[in-house]
Amino acid sequence: MSDPILSVAHLSVDLGGRSILRDVSFDLYPGQLCALIGENGAGKTTLLRSLLGLTPIRAGQALMDGAPARQRRALVGYVPQKIAFDADIPLRTRDLVQLGLDGHRLGLPLFSGRKKALVDQALHAVGAEAFADQRVGELSGGQQQRAVIAHALVRKPRLLILDEPLANLDFGSANALVALLGRLTRTRQIAVLVTAHDMNPLLPVMDRLVYLVGGQAATGSVEEVVQPDVLSRLYGYPVTVLRHGRRILVLPDVAAEDAEAGTAAPVAHPEKAD
Amino acid sequence: MFSSFMINTWIAATAIAFVAAFIGFFVVVRRSAFAAHALPLGAFPGAAAANLLGIDPLIGLLVFVGMGVLLLRQLVRMGRRDVGTGLVLVLFLGVGALLLSMTSAYAPAVFSLLFGEVLGVSDADLWPILGICALVVTGIALYFRPLLLDSTFPDLAALQGIRAARMDLVFLTLLALVTATALPVVGAFLVFTLLVGPPAAAQALSGNPMRVLVLSVVFAEGCIWSAIALSYWTNWPIGFFVGTIGAGLFTVARSYRHWNQRQRNFVVL
Amino acid sequence: MWNLWMLLKNSGFFASGPVQTALIVGTCAALVSAVIGVFTILRGDAFAGHALADVSSAGGAASFLLGINPLLGFLGMAWIAAFGMEFLGVRKVRERDLATGIVLGAGLGLSALFLYLDVTTTSTTGAAVSVMFGSMFSIPQSLIGPALTASAGVFLLVGLLYRPMMLTAVDPDLAAARGIPLRWIGLLQLLALGLAVAVCALAIGAVLATALLIGPAGAAIRLSRRPAQAICWAIAIGLTAVWGGIWMAYESYYWFSGNAWPVSFFVVTLVFLFYLAAVLVAKVAGLSARSKPVSWPHCEV
Repeated sequence: MSDPILSVAHLSVDLGGRSILRDVSFDLYPGQLCALIGENGAGKTTLLRSLLGLTPIRAGQALMDGAPARQRRALVGYVPQKIAFDADIPLRTRDLVQLGLDGHRLGLPLFSGRKKALVDQALHAVGAEAFADQRVGELSGGQQQRAVIAHALVRKPRLLILDEPLANLDFGSANALVALLGRLTRTRQIAVLVTAHDMNPLLPVMDRLVYLVGGQAATGSVEEVVQPDVLSRLYGYPVTVLRHGRRILVLPDVAAEDAEAGTAAPVAHPEKAD
Repeated sequence: MFSSFMINTWIAATAIAFVAAFIGFFVVVRRSAFAAHALPLGAFPGAAAANLLGIDPLIGLLVFVGMGVLLLRQLVRMGRRDVGTGLVLVLFLGVGALLLSMTSAYAPAVFSLLFGEVLGVSDADLWPILGICALVVTGIALYFRPLLLDSTFPDLAALQGIRAARMDLVFLTLLALVTATALPVVGAFLVFTLLVGPPAAAQALSGNPMRVLVLSVVFAEGCIWSAIALSYWTNWPIGFFVGTIGAGLFTVARSYRHWNQRQRNFVVL
Repeated sequence: MWNLWMLLKNSGFFASGPVQTALIVGTCAALVSAVIGVFTILRGDAFAGHALADVSSAGGAASFLLGINPLLGFLGMAWIAAFGMEFLGVRKVRERDLATGIVLGAGLGLSALFLYLDVTTTSTTGAAVSVMFGSMFSIPQSLIGPALTASAGVFLLVGLLYRPMMLTAVDPDLAAARGIPLRWIGLLQLLALGLAVAVCALAIGAVLATALLIGPAGAAIRLSRRPAQAICWAIAIGLTAVWGGIWMAYESYYWFSGNAWPVSFFVVTLVFLFYLAAVLVAKVAGLSARSKPVSWPHCEV
């Protein structure tokens, strides 16, 4: 196995005097998809921002290909959570993707066959050819997301980071996106880091899991992490793991709840939905 | 209309409309209508002061519009529709009124500074105007892409190392320069229309940024040329024509787009 | 205080006809703007007031052409613009800045045309100045009556609708639930605002009228959270600014040996200074600890 493209070691981050992340560690190798799962406020966005060098690190380190993020900007593609284009913005999908290539360059854009080819490739990778010439503001939520992914992909990053891409997507679009991410890891050997509330949609393509609760993380494969004892330790609260087919549900442990409430019944109520 | 004393006006107006379209493109994209509204009002007393002191109005305009840029940041922080912001703008107008009242030709000066003046571009005036316009065009051409990305999607721009604060400063500086040159020709009250009308119309018609830029220039030149011609023929003030043509362009293009979108909505759904 | 009064009396200040007219019209302007200004700001319509005032300039300019009195001209245009705004729903947030600015430009362009025609077709000189920036000492006595009538109109409207207007401003949902017709109240408020715009435009010019319309009220709201108190503060500030402005303009004739400064300038500057003072006082008194007063959801101050 080659070197990890992303290496996070004992990362701790404070914001506004509060400890947001404590001792988070995980590695990500090329071609792997890592899901960063946690509730709102668990620290997912802070973790992403510190990986990107946007938020200062208090302790530990986050290295991309052996160096801090700021020096590795060309390596990373990032798809933020909030994507909302005003309908009138004079930018087509194609233009947005091209800006991913040369947005930082001074001077008027000159036509280049090479650039056009790269843009077309990126559009093709996400399946955006159909709406390449439409205004970004007129696209649906899922389409806009794909446009931004193409924007991130056009410079051939080795690491793609997506912040909550599945939120607000319907089942069909979510599955399409997951399939896309799977394709990217398999065919392009891109490492992908995705954050989400719910791990289930990502299970088919997930290689690694970072389960974040209150700033602390359990990392490993799904089998390693999603265990009652591991998660209970993480939550600081007894939890139980339910498996239904390929679906996983992590819930507070009912027996422990009852014991706490003092209503522990000697006989389990059959009607009580569990 | 094309006699020698009008030639300068045509040249200056063409240059001014050209840069107005360029910077106006970004005014609309960045939704900086307030800046485009406030800067001319801030610059107005500068022209009045220059008038009073007998110096080149452009100097007064540049000084005051520079102060306006600095003040603008404070005002935006206060809130665009804050009472305080409105009062500051009105105060600038009041100061301008005061300064003009001290000159000998109060009413005509008020009129030409508020509503524009077709004549009055001397040879000496022309070179600084063309110089500033060249500077602005260069600036926008240079920063076009970073500015475009920062204006449409600042988060992504930041990731490419494009600093929002720097883009803001570049934008405001260029806007200030255009304001200073455009004000004597179209008047403090109509600078906004010239800046915003043509690009807003262009944006309604196309999603391709380069095409929108070209259309903005076409509309802006069309607007200013017809305004000058009509003003020359009827002797009516140029501000009236810029205001009405600009409003017409804006309304027609926006209505077209609105209608277009509704059609498309039916198809998509 | 008494000495100042005697001084003024002896200097012929009160004896001067133009000063008397100015004081009466100015007082009307201060009173109506205080009253309607508070409600306008509470409703979040401060910007609408500004736009109405600017656009009304076209009416003022047209009045010379039509041979009607300027107050009527300002008023007519203000009402047309108010209905237009209500009809077009300028309240919609998206594109509001652009569209309003464009409409303002067109309206001011229209003013330009009328002012030009004033100069060329009628014998009015200096119309640009008096319409845009006001010339309080040049207001003909014949306009005192109309100004008083317009002011009375505002007081009547506000007096009749005080409670519904108050409730609508403070809690529109509750107002709607109580069966108060929001649309009508809004419309009547705009009508009253139009009247106030006309009187203020007559006093200090269309383009500067905004200072009186939102300045004293804005300052008052910073000082007091209760609408009734705010109105009282606004009246006090407005009257001081107007009377102070008139007096300073009158005296400036002597200060600057014959080159009097315009009344409007003094009024606008005084209003601004009062606003600054109110902001400082509020900050010191900790009144702005809350960014918005709790009970005023639409307050944009």
